[in-house]
Amino acid sequence: MAHFTKANSVYEWLDQRLALTKLWKVLAAEYWIPKNINFLWAMGVVLMTMFTILVISGIFLLMYYKPDTKLAFDSVNYTIMQEVWFGWLWRHMHAVAASVVFLVIYIHMFTGIYYASYKRGREMIWISGMLLFVTFSAEAFSGYMLPWGQMSYWAAQVITNLFGGIPFIGDDLVIWIRGNFYVSDPTLTRFFMLHVFLLPIIIMMLIGFHFYTLRIPHVNNQDGEEIDFDAEAEKYKAGLKRESKVIPFWPVFLSKDFFVLSVFMIFYFYLVFYHYEFAMDPINFDPANPMKTPPHIYPEWYFLWSYEVLRGFFFNVGPLSAMDMGLIAFGIANIIFFFLPWFDKDPTVAPADRRGGFFFWFWLMVIDMIVLTIWGKLPPTGINAYIGYLAAVGFLALWAALPAITGERRKLFWFVVIVTALLYIFGFMEYTKAMGNGFIITATFLIFYLLFFLSPVMVKERERGAQ
Amino acid sequence: MNKELKILAIIIILVGITYWGIEPYAHSKMHPHHEPATFKYEDLKPLPLKGDAKRGAQAIQNNGCTGCHSIKAAGIPAPMDPVSASASYGVNPPDLSNIAALIDKKFLANFIKHPVKAFKLEHKFGANRPFPMPDFFGSDQDLADIVAYLESIAKPQEPRGAFETACGRCHNLRYDKWTVIGPKPKFKNEVEKADFELKKAKYEANLKKYLGTTPPDLSMFIRSRGPEYIRDFVENPQKLLHGTAMPRVGLTEKATEEVIKHLEHVGDRKKEKREKLGPWVLAYFVILSILAYLWKEKIWKELH
Amino acid sequence: MAKNRRDFLGMVFGGFAGLGGLAALYAMKRTWDPLPSVMAAGFTTVDLSPMKPGELRTVTWRGKPIFILKKPPEQNCNHLPDETKKRLVEIKDSEYLVMIGLCTHLGCIPTWEPDKKIFHCACHGGEYDACGVNIFGPPPRPMDIPPFKIEGTKLVLGEEGPEYKKLVGKA
Repeated sequence: MAHFTKANSVYEWLDQRLALTKLWKVLAAEYWIPKNINFLWAMGVVLMTMFTILVISGIFLLMYYKPDTKLAFDSVNYTIMQEVWFGWLWRHMHAVAASVVFLVIYIHMFTGIYYASYKRGREMIWISGMLLFVTFSAEAFSGYMLPWGQMSYWAAQVITNLFGGIPFIGDDLVIWIRGNFYVSDPTLTRFFMLHVFLLPIIIMMLIGFHFYTLRIPHVNNQDGEEIDFDAEAEKYKAGLKRESKVIPFWPVFLSKDFFVLSVFMIFYFYLVFYHYEFAMDPINFDPANPMKTPPHIYPEWYFLWSYEVLRGFFFNVGPLSAMDMGLIAFGIANIIFFFLPWFDKDPTVAPADRRGGFFFWFWLMVIDMIVLTIWGKLPPTGINAYIGYLAAVGFLALWAALPAITGERRKLFWFVVIVTALLYIFGFMEYTKAMGNGFIITATFLIFYLLFFLSPVMVKERERGAQ
Repeated sequence: MNKELKILAIIIILVGITYWGIEPYAHSKMHPHHEPATFKYEDLKPLPLKGDAKRGAQAIQNNGCTGCHSIKAAGIPAPMDPVSASASYGVNPPDLSNIAALIDKKFLANFIKHPVKAFKLEHKFGANRPFPMPDFFGSDQDLADIVAYLESIAKPQEPRGAFETACGRCHNLRYDKWTVIGPKPKFKNEVEKADFELKKAKYEANLKKYLGTTPPDLSMFIRSRGPEYIRDFVENPQKLLHGTAMPRVGLTEKATEEVIKHLEHVGDRKKEKREKLGPWVLAYFVILSILAYLWKEKIWKELH
Repeated sequence: MAKNRRDFLGMVFGGFAGLGGLAALYAMKRTWDPLPSVMAAGFTTVDLSPMKPGELRTVTWRGKPIFILKKPPEQNCNHLPDETKKRLVEIKDSEYLVMIGLCTHLGCIPTWEPDKKIFHCACHGGEYDACGVNIFGPPPRPMDIPPFKIEGTKLVLGEEGPEYKKLVGKA
């Protein structure tokens, strides 16, 4: 047993037993972050805050919510929204935070992609982050079911049906997940359990893990510079604060985060009080009715891009049905981001604007995902079906092209370009067969994508010319 | 600092485009624009003659209106209770005391003359399936007198009264304890409760047979449809939902506003609180941001 | 020697612990299964004798809408390839189309448009002809046929009768 002397204060007493001073040093006062950062580095703390808001508001909603198909709708829309003191506030905060948290997650993700913070030792940061994205998605989906409105019901119906596409076990799996032949009371109660207990616990553990993965490779910086953290920390501690390339997490890093966070909270509460409709679809204020499909079914905005990849394929090719192709593409879309560190063949850690072709890849990916998101909500009729197809194929093509662009594999690159062009032309023919002419849009997209695929080559040529 | 502002601008532009695409743009595609309601009922002809309320009191009896309708303001009781009335007619005929305070005068006259035409329910009722209220066969003078009489007895309606008279015989409003057979009373015992529920169920079954569908409870309509939609829908249901069983009921603009006010009170009664608290919370975070900025500047000053 | 023996015991211990874990997993999986009462509540009987030709009836079976269309004499499904021609169910000299009224794409309920004689799915624009065969859009296959049995003029949904087995090619 360790030797203990008499403590002179409560703090000292606790310090002897819990090593508080050392713990604080390790976690905050001497946890070193690069100085060369911008406000995008504050998104982690913003996310942590949003998650805390979700947990706290969720606790109060949980006190009055009733997980029963007969009671759920009224417990939310009458009891919580109209009776409970500040119940409306907790619900609006919960709903808006659930939506906004995805906006911040996407910004956080694309910051990581832009600054190449997923390679050269940072792979586990990326993977744990992606695991968090997946669990947050499951958490959002299960939570959306709880108010038991029309959109809760039909989104649950459509999403659980997706599992039916798995070969052999699909149909049984759907019934097993739902606990009935259709989405009904047992479905609600089990998703309630997932939403309020299992998934939050997993998220909390993953957040801890995500923080831990930062410890050894350290946080990246704006220039992708490799920093000797021990040497720089010594400089800082010696008082050379201006010369040192690092800052401590507390108070320096957090002081900036708190400013960004406070500004973000203005935006967040503006949404909570004056602009919540985007997070609380009016259709969901109609009670769930299994016998009446709403005219338009769409998931929440943050799932739209992958939803559009799913439904972008609108024609059959030989033995492959439109739905099978959509499901395969959807499956790929949902896991492909995990493999980013290995699809990127270029070992350089640098912001995208210094990485030639990758810069174009990054912005085309952003544009393509925005197009997918918007067309994921538009009714898939007429020309929209074809634009969705272009963007869905484009998404897959971008991923296929990534190793070629970053690994300078010309042959693979041109292979992807040609296959994509063929798929576009094929889709165009199928489209005209079904709905008539769509020449202008095809031409636009072909030019658009060809330009993109040519652009990294042009960048390389330019660089060679300069030498 | 410039770089940070540039990044912020890019993020705002990208988020703005995405938002525009999935909200205003997508919704404009899903819900095509329609002309806002005018409440002029221009397809109907105005009343040609001036009416006399005194003669109207007699005419309303002579023309058999009170065989089905009560006029409580004049002490004329309903010939049947709501459930039996719904069994005979499909829906309980309204009490006529305050009807003229809610319904447009021109519409009222046209409705009495040709109910199905004014209701715009020609697709549901015709020779094969007669509408429970027959066309009016009296003289135009009688018609004008009856309208004048109804106007003379009608009292202005509060939001709740407007809802109950105009919508409440087909629609429940459970968040206000309103049912299609009247307000839900406090029950003394289980028998009373079961009796009430049975009456309500019978009435609803008759209503479903009559309309072909059960009219929805309107408790959350203020959130699910919004005030503009309700306004335009009430003025002409067929325009927004082709083939719906809901008739055009001919409310005046003012009566529609009263109904919406009631729906707002029932479905969104914390709206006022929300609007009051909002500025305080925002002001708090503005001040917090300023303080956070000053603190951050102080700490970072010695770093650059 | 002693060390090996300890490893062996450790492995036995680990293996046995794993066995317990598997048993617990099995119990958990079973707990997620649909309840026996839910599984049993799956039979609906419909009397078809009062239906008129061309009439579409929707009944509920296992929370799903079932479309029953009495085939009018002028309609036929002969334009279909052979394997789908037999979608017609013959009961007492009349022919019926019986199908699960859910779009085979993502499970929305298509609406019957009697003037065009098609089922139109509002979710993703899929269309089916009067025989329930997909003619446009994302649906991968015709509307499914629910298991049924014929008892006189009655249709029992949920049981697999010989007529059903013939239809889906199980006989």
